[in-house]
Amino acid sequence: MAGALTSTVPGGTDTVDGAVARLASLPGLTTASEVAADVAGASAAGKLLPVVPELEAVLPLRGLRRGSTVSVTGSRAALLALLARATAAGSWAAVVGLPDVGLVAAAELGVELRRLALVPRPGPDAVRVAASLFDGVDIVVLPGGAGTTAASARRLSARARHRGGVLIAEGRWPGAEVELTCAPGAWDGVDEFGKGYLSARTMRIRGRGRSSAQVRETTVLLPGPSGRVEAGEQALRLEVAS
Amino acid sequence: MRSQPAVDRAAGPPSEGASVAAESSAVDAQRPARLVVVWCPDWPVTAACVAAGVPLHHPAAVFSANRVVACSAVARSNGVRRGMRRREAQASCPDLAVLAVDPARDARLFEPVAAAVEELVVGVDVVRPGVVAAPADGALAYFGDEYRLMETLIDHVSAKAGVEVQIGIADGLFAALLAARRSCVVEPGASRRFLAPLPVTELDQPGSVLAEYDGSEELVDLLRRLGLRTLGQFAELPERTVSSRFGRLGMLAHRLANGLSERPLDRRRPPADLAVDETFDIPISRVEEAAYIAERLADELHAKLAGRNLACTRLGIYARTESGEELSRVWRCSGGESGTNGVPVAARGIADRVRWQFDSWLQGEQRPRSGVVTLRLEPEEVVEAGLLQLHLWRGGLGDNPADDQADERAGRALVQVQRLLGPEAVATAVLDGGRGPAERVRLVPWGDVRGDEAKGAGARSGSGQAEVAPWPGRLPAPSPATVHPEPVRAAVVDHRGRPVRMTARGALSAPPARVAVDGGPLWEVAAWAGPWPLDERWWDPGADGPAARVQVVLAEGGAPAGKALLLRCRDERSPRWQVEGEYT
Repeated sequence: MAGALTSTVPGGTDTVDGAVARLASLPGLTTASEVAADVAGASAAGKLLPVVPELEAVLPLRGLRRGSTVSVTGSRAALLALLARATAAGSWAAVVGLPDVGLVAAAELGVELRRLALVPRPGPDAVRVAASLFDGVDIVVLPGGAGTTAASARRLSARARHRGGVLIAEGRWPGAEVELTCAPGAWDGVDEFGKGYLSARTMRIRGRGRSSAQVRETTVLLPGPSGRVEAGEQALRLEVAS
Repeated sequence: MRSQPAVDRAAGPPSEGASVAAESSAVDAQRPARLVVVWCPDWPVTAACVAAGVPLHHPAAVFSANRVVACSAVARSNGVRRGMRRREAQASCPDLAVLAVDPARDARLFEPVAAAVEELVVGVDVVRPGVVAAPADGALAYFGDEYRLMETLIDHVSAKAGVEVQIGIADGLFAALLAARRSCVVEPGASRRFLAPLPVTELDQPGSVLAEYDGSEELVDLLRRLGLRTLGQFAELPERTVSSRFGRLGMLAHRLANGLSERPLDRRRPPADLAVDETFDIPISRVEEAAYIAERLADELHAKLAGRNLACTRLGIYARTESGEELSRVWRCSGGESGTNGVPVAARGIADRVRWQFDSWLQGEQRPRSGVVTLRLEPEEVVEAGLLQLHLWRGGLGDNPADDQADERAGRALVQVQRLLGPEAVATAVLDGGRGPAERVRLVPWGDVRGDEAKGAGARSGSGQAEVAPWPGRLPAPSPATVHPEPVRAAVVDHRGRPVRMTARGALSAPPARVAVDGGPLWEVAAWAGPWPLDERWWDPGADGPAARVQVVLAEGGAPAGKALLLRCRDERSPRWQVEGEYT
């Protein structure tokens, strides 16, 4: 392999550095260190809202990029978990049009309820309410799919981009930059004889960015025994055991 | 009596003025409007002397609760000072005329002055009896320069109303008032520099915005004792420090000392339907009737404003008489009157102003030819009453100073949504005591007191379990991520297909084997837990009676994987089973 590569390059500097430099000079190619630098730059410039460490792995920039739209399908607990770190760090979030969101669960997942505004019944024009919320709120959660036309969905995403907010849609959202698909797995803590109580659930989350074909995947306990998201090793162990 | 006004230029040479103007254009949004203020020195005394027939060159003072609140220049030169007891004052000036304080009289006699100013300058607001303010730009464009404007105004008012006035021009009401006391003109954008060398006690002069608030005297005294002798020294303190040390009043004082308006500018025009008006079948020509009506209309207006979380800062009072004369006057209303929650003008303040205005119309020299048939109160300028509450509220979290701005921005956005949908539509949640996932949540409309400060640390850490009182029967974490606002009916059967019921002792008649939700298909139960009996509200005949909670995990195939439900089984009611929440 290395021989083949060096043979195409005049001068024949077959050091790794040289190869990387040549590769990086090709248009459209990004090296891993550049990606890392992007991440560091984005979070330093405040363009990234933090998420809990367990969920970083499924997001392309390891956080919620301001101005982006994220769709979450399959699990509301995962959606609430995305809000936890950002609201605890001082950002505001608003949940529009979801009157049945479990707020005790949200608090258990680490969401700061003081900074979680609720607009359970936004009326016929939820998109307009969400748009005006972006004036001061960093994250707006909205049910995707029914009730939102593709055009108004695009407009709202554009609004989020313009105001530097993050739109999180529960369910599919046309034009979402990041799509998280959650597959809830087995529950721990209960059996068929009625003993115990629900304590933890494994969940496999797949994150796909629109800009890259790479699929990021992680397995976590969501919720874990404490009610929060917990790391994957235990989750994997449980999954193997079950 | 009339002399050339002694006018100083407060800001330096023209070149400097030009540079100030240039730099100010960048911060134009911050800069308050340029105002011309017409000030009658010692107005309460002047008014009282006129009303009591005391000649103006006679030493006189107005007393309230046995203390001097205002005295004439002659009395002052004889050693009478504000705050003196009557006996002291009379001792230093034996022939002092003792007059009683009466805001209604002050307002009534001031109307001719306001009317005289209005003949030359448009957009006149009465700040309080004794002071009128008007936007300076138009008047300056008409009269050419400040000196001509001041000279013409002084001549005109003294000819028409027989009152000596002083005039000041500056950015912002506070600076313009102080400029009027000194008869000077402050260049545009130079208010801060003009204020800097002035003593900090100017904040508390009678009639300044701050003086209307409770505690302003203590604040100014405290600043002085802390060694902050000039407004400039106070203005140099960082805003955050001022807010944490001196609170809301301190913030207000700090804005004033910085040459800013007393609250951030809000250019929105108030919605038209905020005005209240009333037409009378019998024209009003007596002050007592007017006072009664003023009270009622003021209450109505106040309720309207409060319902939208607004407060009025400029109030327009309009009246039409039977013979078609239109009377109008705009009053500035600043803080003070309400005291408690930052609503600048409560009903009381509105009513007072309406009554005074009526007084002056009905008893003035140029009284209308007939009684008033229509009265309209229109808020000309409103601010969000919550604007100041946000500042109060910022102490709450206190973990990160950068949050304050975010909190304020978010608060405004939420208020905006409340305007769209109504105040109840936006809420934040507080976790309270209770057993079920829905009972533990209390939604507090945005702007109301959350009332969770006492158990702050627990609620803040978000664990939801750090509350004081234990709730036996409450399920441990995790809680369902979906909680139905209205429970969904369900059917639960055992492995033979017979309905599962709860026994009198809170046990289940059989293990649940299959579950159907809201008339849907039957799903296999893979695992379950419970029951956790609930014997709540047994004293309430309308309550549900004994019940139990059961968690079920539905088997894969048919139902989505990992689907778990929180069910509630009631003993006596139908439907027996309900889905309270889903672990989604």
